[in-house]
Amino acid sequence: MLEVNSISKKFGDFQAVNNVSFKVDQGEVLGFLGPNGAGKSTTMKMITGFLDVTEGDATICGKSILNETLEAQRNLGYVPENAPLYEDMFVLEFLEFVGKMRSLDKEANKIRVIEVINMCALKDVEFQKIETLSKGYKRRVSLAQALIHDPKVLILDEPTDGLDPNQKHDVRVLIRELAKEKCILISTHILEEVEEVCDRCIIIGEGEKLFEGTPNELKSKSSKGRIQDVFRAITTDQKLQGVNL
Amino acid sequence: MKDKTIRNLFCKEFTNYLKTPLGYVFLVIFLFGIGYLTFEPGRGSFFYMREASLVSFFRYMPWMFLFLIPAVSMRLWSDERKSGTIELLLTMPVTIRQAVIAKFLASWVFIGVALSGTFPMVLTVVYLGNPDLGVVFLGYLASFFMAGALLAVGGFFSALTKNQVISFILTVCVSFLLIMAGSPPVLDFISTFSPKYLVAIFESLSVLNHFDSMERGVFSLSNLWFFTIMIICWLYGSIILLNGNKAS
Repeated sequence: MLEVNSISKKFGDFQAVNNVSFKVDQGEVLGFLGPNGAGKSTTMKMITGFLDVTEGDATICGKSILNETLEAQRNLGYVPENAPLYEDMFVLEFLEFVGKMRSLDKEANKIRVIEVINMCALKDVEFQKIETLSKGYKRRVSLAQALIHDPKVLILDEPTDGLDPNQKHDVRVLIRELAKEKCILISTHILEEVEEVCDRCIIIGEGEKLFEGTPNELKSKSSKGRIQDVFRAITTDQKLQGVNL
Repeated sequence: MKDKTIRNLFCKEFTNYLKTPLGYVFLVIFLFGIGYLTFEPGRGSFFYMREASLVSFFRYMPWMFLFLIPAVSMRLWSDERKSGTIELLLTMPVTIRQAVIAKFLASWVFIGVALSGTFPMVLTVVYLGNPDLGVVFLGYLASFFMAGALLAVGGFFSALTKNQVISFILTVCVSFLLIMAGSPPVLDFISTFSPKYLVAIFESLSVLNHFDSMERGVFSLSNLWFFTIMIICWLYGSIILLNGNKAS
């Protein structure tokens, strides 16, 4: 459902993303790993149509983000990094606004807003201003706005960053729940998360794809079964004891 | 508004003015300021003129707008870019053109509301004498269009930078230049280094000249066209800037 074909991005002379391709099918969660500055967010911004691609293309449910941007964006839910929100709006009002912008009609919008509020456990804060919410709630509001139009493809940029362990757990459970009928691309640098929620993962470093496979394959490269050792060996080119690439 | 996306975004942006302190601070300062300047005890004062007209009221409009319009326009895009919500907005099925138009219209209508808040001035002159209501109407129309042009300038500079203060200062400077473009000091300065025809072009860009002739009751389509074209050009500039951001 989500297909990325040799996508590249150049900022001036700096090659931020170089020829990255992958595919995510329905019912699948693809983990997108890499050190900070590897090009994860840039790739995601290109897939969502926020940034123009320098080369290559991405298709969402068969619609090209280059040529059919709006159609592609209709099937897409996106949680940007740090979950930016319109802070001076109320939670309910904000979700209704997003629903309208996603061209849900009035009745459908009302129903969907209630559904996502329940799904993301926002019932207690629905009449609060977003700026007064805690980090955890803001993340969930951001997730709720991405789900309101029931998109087929979800792109989550570090959705659990800065959450406490309980909140992380809740978000992961929700992602697993959603994964049944959607295709999800999730970027993270928390490696346990990969084992817990992802069916497959990709590692990129300095804009290039370095690894693609299941978390178990990744783990099996280390004789001790330590996924972080493998990650370090792949992204830093170091030879680590017990890691066999 | 036929375009549903523009309408939804317009509603959100417009109600935002009524929900945040910015909107009320603007309304209070604008209404108090223009009221004070109209009746201030100077030579051009309402009482000194001894006639039932709004000349002294409209005279100060460009100068009120010079400082207040950039305060409204500075957050249009800078704020979205700084807080990152622009990512949210532009990954919804919205084109940049729609977003630029919706935000501009919302701020323009808000200024329209502020202008309509000065209606007691009209009631006062109607009560005092027999003013030419056509001239009054033209004055309001000119003020409204001038506000639109300055808002479009502000929107452009707001799209240029993430920093609201920079966007405010640039808008004030460029607005001042555009307002004063027809005045002798500015023209003298320009003519020191540019040929005559450039000076003439610059003079014709003067917001104040176009505003003055309308406010005096001379209705000519060319004045309205001037403001309309200015709005379109600056909005188009914002669209180009925001599209450029997508590439880099």
